Amino acid sequence: MKKYGMVIDTIKCVGCSACVVACKTENEVPEGLHRDWVVEEVSGKFPNLFMEIRTERCNHCSDAPCVSACPTGASHQKEGSNIVKVTPNKCTGCKACVASCPYNARFIMPEGYASKCTFCDHRIDEGKGPACASVCPTEAITFGDLNNPLSKVSRLLRARKHKALIPEAGTNPNIFYLT
Amino acid sequence: MKKNLSRRSFIKITGAGTAGVIAAGSISKLSGTKKVVKGKSGSKVEITPTYCEMCTFKCAGWVYKKDGKPWKIKGNDTDHHSNGRMCTKGSAGMGTYTDPDRLKKPLIRTEERGKQVFKEVSWDEAFTYIAEKMQNLKKSYGPECMALLSHGAGGSFFKQFIKGFGSKNIAAPSYGNCRGPREEAYMLTYGEAIGSPERTDMSNSKCIVLLGSHIGENSHSSQVRDFSTAIANGAEVITVDPRFSTAASKSKFWLPIKPGTDMALLLAWINVIIGEEIYDKKFIKDNTVGFEQLKEHVKKYTPEWAYTETTIKPEIIRETARLMAKNGSKTLLHPGRFTVWYGDDTQRVRAGAIINALLGNWGQKGAFFNPQKAKVAKYPHAEYPKQNKEMPIKYELANLALASGICDATIPSIKDGCSFKGWIVYGTNLIKTFPDRKNTLKAIQNLDLLVVVDILPTEITGWADVVLPECSYLERYDELRVSKGKKAQIALRMPAFEPLYDSKPAWWMAKGLAKKMGLEKYMPWKNIEEYLDYRLKKSGTSLEEMKKAGVKTVKTDEPIFYSKGEQIEFDTESGKVELFSSVLEEAGFDPIPKYKRHEQPEEGSFRLITGRSPMHSFSRSVNNPILTQLMPENEVWVNSVVAKEWDIKHGQYIKLKNQDNIVSTKVRVKVTERIRHDAVYMVHGFGTEQKKMRRAYMKGASDSLLSTKVLYDDIMGGTGFRGNFVTFVI
Amino acid sequence: MNEIAVITNKVNPSLHIWGWEVPVYLFLGGLTAGILIIVSLMFLGKKEKEYSFASYKMALYAPIIMTIGMGALFLDLKHKLFVWRFYTTFNLASPMSWGSWVLLIIYPFSVLLIFATIRKGYPKYNEWIEQLLSKINFVLKIYKWLLEFSERNVRTIAAITMPFAILLGIYTGVLLSAFSARPFWNSPLMGPIFLVSGLSTAAAMVILLAKDHKEKEFFTKIDLGLIFTEITFLVLFIIGLTTSSIQYQKAADLILGGKLTPVFWVFVFGFALIIPAFLEILELKGKKIPSAYAALLVLIGGLILRFIIVDAGQTSGWLPY
Repeated sequence: MKKYGMVIDTIKCVGCSACVVACKTENEVPEGLHRDWVVEEVSGKFPNLFMEIRTERCNHCSDAPCVSACPTGASHQKEGSNIVKVTPNKCTGCKACVASCPYNARFIMPEGYASKCTFCDHRIDEGKGPACASVCPTEAITFGDLNNPLSKVSRLLRARKHKALIPEAGTNPNIFYLT
Repeated sequence: MKKNLSRRSFIKITGAGTAGVIAAGSISKLSGTKKVVKGKSGSKVEITPTYCEMCTFKCAGWVYKKDGKPWKIKGNDTDHHSNGRMCTKGSAGMGTYTDPDRLKKPLIRTEERGKQVFKEVSWDEAFTYIAEKMQNLKKSYGPECMALLSHGAGGSFFKQFIKGFGSKNIAAPSYGNCRGPREEAYMLTYGEAIGSPERTDMSNSKCIVLLGSHIGENSHSSQVRDFSTAIANGAEVITVDPRFSTAASKSKFWLPIKPGTDMALLLAWINVIIGEEIYDKKFIKDNTVGFEQLKEHVKKYTPEWAYTETTIKPEIIRETARLMAKNGSKTLLHPGRFTVWYGDDTQRVRAGAIINALLGNWGQKGAFFNPQKAKVAKYPHAEYPKQNKEMPIKYELANLALASGICDATIPSIKDGCSFKGWIVYGTNLIKTFPDRKNTLKAIQNLDLLVVVDILPTEITGWADVVLPECSYLERYDELRVSKGKKAQIALRMPAFEPLYDSKPAWWMAKGLAKKMGLEKYMPWKNIEEYLDYRLKKSGTSLEEMKKAGVKTVKTDEPIFYSKGEQIEFDTESGKVELFSSVLEEAGFDPIPKYKRHEQPEEGSFRLITGRSPMHSFSRSVNNPILTQLMPENEVWVNSVVAKEWDIKHGQYIKLKNQDNIVSTKVRVKVTERIRHDAVYMVHGFGTEQKKMRRAYMKGASDSLLSTKVLYDDIMGGTGFRGNFVTFVI
Repeated sequence: MNEIAVITNKVNPSLHIWGWEVPVYLFLGGLTAGILIIVSLMFLGKKEKEYSFASYKMALYAPIIMTIGMGALFLDLKHKLFVWRFYTTFNLASPMSWGSWVLLIIYPFSVLLIFATIRKGYPKYNEWIEQLLSKINFVLKIYKWLLEFSERNVRTIAAITMPFAILLGIYTGVLLSAFSARPFWNSPLMGPIFLVSGLSTAAAMVILLAKDHKEKEFFTKIDLGLIFTEITFLVLFIIGLTTSSIQYQKAADLILGGKLTPVFWVFVFGFALIIPAFLEILELKGKKIPSAYAALLVLIGGLILRFIIVDAGQTSGWLPY
């Protein structure tokens, strides 16, 4: 069983959004829809400010609420892994999965079925990482198997302070942010 | 006038065109496409090398086609500009190819300038028209009255053409509008310029000092990576910016300086570093001239004095100066990139260059390296004719011609020398690039010929007599990229697609014009492949090899760093680093930078600061179908306290009015803690007034429209934009 | 609060998942459940003689209303050609899956209830059907057999229908409450509120359509009880949100000062609950007030309640973007 995840270094990330464009072109995501996005969160008052920049996407949660909410089994976790995918010809477009995602990571394609980040699983099959990770100019995005203690993601999590986004939503997200 | 022409034959710019039809009789053979890979789904993937034209950083990469259709662009792993990682814009380069608003056919103006009424013509008609006009101008005023204003790789061919014609009046707006002061300041101080990509070794820096630099928001791939690597390795960053920029958010010290007072801070830093004797004494002794004068000169510029100017506390000024000195030659005071601010810009950058000298970091790891450059042979051609008349030179110390100088010299009121009668504008939207639009338009109205070469119907095309539609960089061969860096590299751009519509590459246009005017001996090559292959073969490779590799690294012998304590021969008058510049003194300028107080905004008005977003390359990309999805418009940043006073809400659309009562288009407000109370900020390039750029039209506001006041750099003529003040129109 | 900017445009700048179709579906589904529960209770409690509309006439409305409701749901589906996929799996964890199967089971039983009541409730319709079927003899025979079978076993049918109807009523609420990503919906009281509201609207329908005064009065009493139960549940629901963690408090703010406050308190609490309750009390005290007023208010209020809840839930979330 693979537990794929991402470790994103907020210290390195400058918010350039190359990841967003790389995803759009790699996956031919239709106009106006995005599988990943960039957030700037500022705390404090002028001039004592702190800013965290994050690139965000589907967390490929271990307890994916979108998979349990799906009435038809269209939303599923790819065999042998936690990668959440959608089978278009099983999807009715009921949007239960869209409503179920605390990260608001899902959207409906112009054709009518639900879609989202796939961790570029077609590239994983070819031995490459997701497009966003491979384009990142600052190499802030690391992708790998969290179940493998020797993987770079596991090592980064052991070595650095990190957090997940809204873990209290109880979905066991697999994207971690180094802070 | 031309009443015999029916109304229908007049077509507004870009015309109805024959959309989507690929030009017959192709000028580029796509046979060289590098690899054909079977995709997983059985789709055919083709890969072609290119280097990017989304900005001037020119990263090399691969263009991917899937079943013949545009797919994606990826960085070339060998390339030292991108390290295999394209930035946001580079990754979205496919948008320039697919943009449906592209210019489609050559156009000739049929009514008044600026009315945008054109007729579609054939390439031959367009060339004949231009050739005739140019010959007439040559007869009446001499060939020097033609100027080329150029930005981008293809401009090289127009340079060959115009030199052959007999004019050496070639200017890149980016010099006077952006990097000029930086290059001049370092030439004056070290005898060498900074160049692009910058010769900075940030990845090994222990301390980085940024003044108004927006690395991060300025997404030049390898620069961003070096910066980020340094931070990840624990480098301490000092960012001086009235705005809490991305870089500021990564910094140990953010100094939210009062805009316009940077020189005071720099001089105070010098004061502390010299006063506390924490400079690199050996480097100063061995390699510089004028230290004693400098020491005397900065005595009055104490941190306490600087506090009243900059609002930066004296203890912070001392602490940051000590931090720089502590890290010595591993400290880099970044020379910046966009440096035209207040008119004393060369002097300000020089003050930073002096600090770098005090740190002894020239040619040192973690600061500046000695860039390597490949030697690539030229294609032999007839010697260019000598220019008889010199154009009026206003700025003798400027090493490059000023685009704004050409603009000014086009207005006949300038008495001395001849004035310009014709412009060829290649790939630069002068309406947006130049501040002071009234002046630009006045110059344009005085022209006898304005030829504009562009891909999109940018504002400048609306004022042209002839519009030549260029194909995007993905559809053409271009000049080789021979850039400087830690490694000497050559990169090839070759077409991944046949040109769409009736668009053509720059080389084809320049050569076509040369032929029409009998100037072929200056461009004697048969076609572009032959031209490139000749030059590459003379340089130890070939077009064939470059088609496969995209980038070639050339071995050089020069060391990229000096050893510590080495005595260096500098290319200055004295052969040393000139802390005191005798060149400046002779020319009547301050030999050591002095503080000059700049105008501050009145109560209720705000200094307009501009910058860039990683998602756009100024007005060049605002219509890009991919990038507009990420960022369709710019925002004006307003301090949250100011917003409260004015009762302006986050997300509200307002207008800005400048000191000359120029009012902007509507722009969305970002209410934020991230900016001082006395300034507003927006990303440059938006607020397109050209209807034919449908995605960009009226999106956001244009800072160049609001920049009616220009603060000219008295040394090199750079056009400072930061002297404009705005107020809110709600 | 932190200053948050999504610097690349996101998918849904304001996430809008469901439009008018889903609240309409939930309203009609709840009404169907209410109708079936009332009809079943009549037979199980052997009250068919006393309350003839509720017993013999009302069953006919159930599958019709349910069909309209499912039509609305179908309109909401974005990948309509694949609607049949609801019935190729059963996902235990998905209320949507539960609902689609419950609807499938309820359908035949609601039709059987019509067979059991049509001869008494709508003798003219029955005659008309028999005439229509008389041309094909064996179909007529099957029809008549079905009528007799259903009438004979009406209490068994009611006993089977009853739990599924309750399930349907609760499901219309649980469908929403199962989304832990939407704090406004994520309350255990959502199911009971929707069930009670469904029952209340069904009772209002009896009040509206029944001819017999005694039947009207009886259902007015029932409705009054249901309204007070609903008010209690709603108050508990709001207390539950406001005493929970920050995301829930923020969600509650939508109706406690936020943008949905006026419509919630004026239309749902005022016009749909308090005023009808007041009218019903007056009525029971013998004041001459047309009973249709209160009934109509309850029905319209039930629809508005679902619109507001569906809308508020979508607006609420764990992240502000």
